[in-house]
Amino acid sequence: MFPKPIKKSSRAWQLGYQALLPIVMLLWLAPLLAVALFSIRPDSDFLVGNYWGWPSSFEMIKNYGMVFGSAMPRYIMNSFLITIPTVIGAVALSCMTGFALGVYKFRGNLLIFFMFIAGNFVPFQILMVPVRDLTLDMGLYNTKTGLVLFHIAFQTGFCTLFMRNFIKALPYELIEAARVEGIAEWRIFWYVVLPLMKPAIAALSVLIFTFIWNDYFWAIVLTQGENAQPVTAGITSFNAQFRAMYHLMSAGSIIAALPPVLMFFLMQKHFIAGLTLGAVK
Amino acid sequence: MATTSPWNKTLVKQGWYKRNEIAITPWLFLVPGLIMFAIYVVFPIFQSFRISLFKWDGLGSLATHGEYIGMANYEKLLTRDRSFNISLWNNLKWLIFYLASIPAGLFIALFLNQTVRGIRLYKSLFFFPFVISQIVVGLVFTWFYDPQYGLFNGIIGFVGFEPINVLGDPTLSTYGVIAAGLWPQTAYCMILYLTGLNSVDPEQIEAARLDGAKGMRMLWHVILPQLRPATFIAFVVTVIGSLRSFDLISIMTNGGPFGSSRVLSFYMFEKSLSEYGFKMGYGAAIAVILFLIMMMFIGYFLWRMYQDEKAANR
Repeated sequence: MFPKPIKKSSRAWQLGYQALLPIVMLLWLAPLLAVALFSIRPDSDFLVGNYWGWPSSFEMIKNYGMVFGSAMPRYIMNSFLITIPTVIGAVALSCMTGFALGVYKFRGNLLIFFMFIAGNFVPFQILMVPVRDLTLDMGLYNTKTGLVLFHIAFQTGFCTLFMRNFIKALPYELIEAARVEGIAEWRIFWYVVLPLMKPAIAALSVLIFTFIWNDYFWAIVLTQGENAQPVTAGITSFNAQFRAMYHLMSAGSIIAALPPVLMFFLMQKHFIAGLTLGAVK
Repeated sequence: MATTSPWNKTLVKQGWYKRNEIAITPWLFLVPGLIMFAIYVVFPIFQSFRISLFKWDGLGSLATHGEYIGMANYEKLLTRDRSFNISLWNNLKWLIFYLASIPAGLFIALFLNQTVRGIRLYKSLFFFPFVISQIVVGLVFTWFYDPQYGLFNGIIGFVGFEPINVLGDPTLSTYGVIAAGLWPQTAYCMILYLTGLNSVDPEQIEAARLDGAKGMRMLWHVILPQLRPATFIAFVVTVIGSLRSFDLISIMTNGGPFGSSRVLSFYMFEKSLSEYGFKMGYGAAIAVILFLIMMMFIGYFLWRMYQDEKAANR
């Protein structure tokens, strides 16, 4: 293990390290903690300039209640209605593409695979004008469906990369054994490969959930207004509505950030497994 | 055996499918994904190239309302557009300073790579900034920098400096935004390195220790070579992330003050969909240039991956 395990160091350094950890962590999260602190202050604190002292009262319920009384729940709902179908769609499509590219040898396999990877890295801006146009033409501008369709298509690139590498690492003998038994190829997919892909599906679902929830660019390009915009875009209009009311803006930001954070803490193992795929050989 | 009719037909049909099953199946599985990807990603790239040759406000179709002007958009961009120059330079600043997240992430990973009580929770909390959306990160840092009540000025005021309006100063704004971007990106690199450190071969470390290696020498000669896959991925995601920066700029400075913190991705958006009228053709030309810059990196990454694939297949 590197660096040297702390247990083998001197007692003083061991205690020092234990004391250092929370301090460094507080510094690291200071900008966020400041916002959390703002979100439970009464507005009078801001008027008298009490930004960093002890709050004169704790207004957590009132502040967060105000947020829930605004358009915020609508935006949050929209975010869920955009994110969940995207996760399902992108994971389903990439299970199939990943299976095709990971199991079969055929001409163009690597070319298609690299096309998916390259597409996943392109700057959004090169897609912006045509995709916005296409969405307008289909009558899907300012709808959740329009956003979902694009997200599914774009995320398929990253998901395919992920799934293909995962499937490629599965023991190929399993598939050969199934073929010897005379099992149809689609049955091999459904009954042999898919059950083994559960960890990959879990990891990918959590990752895509976070990516899509946090998307801002496409939200402002393809939607406007309360009925379709997700919370990342909605928070700017929320902030415009409560301009200079920092306790409410802070509370709104915290609510907007919460779902992916919960997702991360609940599914931490899968999340990190997904994110660090390829970081070890 | 001359009579049987439909029954025989299906048998023949099945036979053909069965015989070619292994050749056909992958394509059947690829079709839905490929169609979606072609419609929303591949074709739009070519369309953008085409649109960049037009003067077009996005109303009506390109063919009827667009005016073909050849390379004029590019000519204007590269010779007469000062904002484009500033954006390009800012992109370069992003690229260079954003890379600092790699050593920073490694540093934190080394700090946290211990087995003490509660370390798992600490690791998660350090990773936290990456999970929250860049919009919230942007808001958090905007308030952090606020000249009146921000924590940043609280701290430098405490040390005895005059307050600085970081985001309101044309020479500082870009750096202020980059610093905000470094926060989640460092967390990302940290998690990559933590995973990498987990799989470092303990025997090699012991052997090196016996040879008297420790500290920086150990890190440089023994640990880092084993962390190469993690470093490569950290490099890929950081470069891509830096060229994609948009959300933070949009939230924190909206490109300002006086356009001083724009980057190409933001400038493109502004030109195409701003309130001063839609210049889709000009925007597309900016996007094409950004795309070409990105393509150099993507090409390099793909080449590296291709080498790996070849090595894996022997």
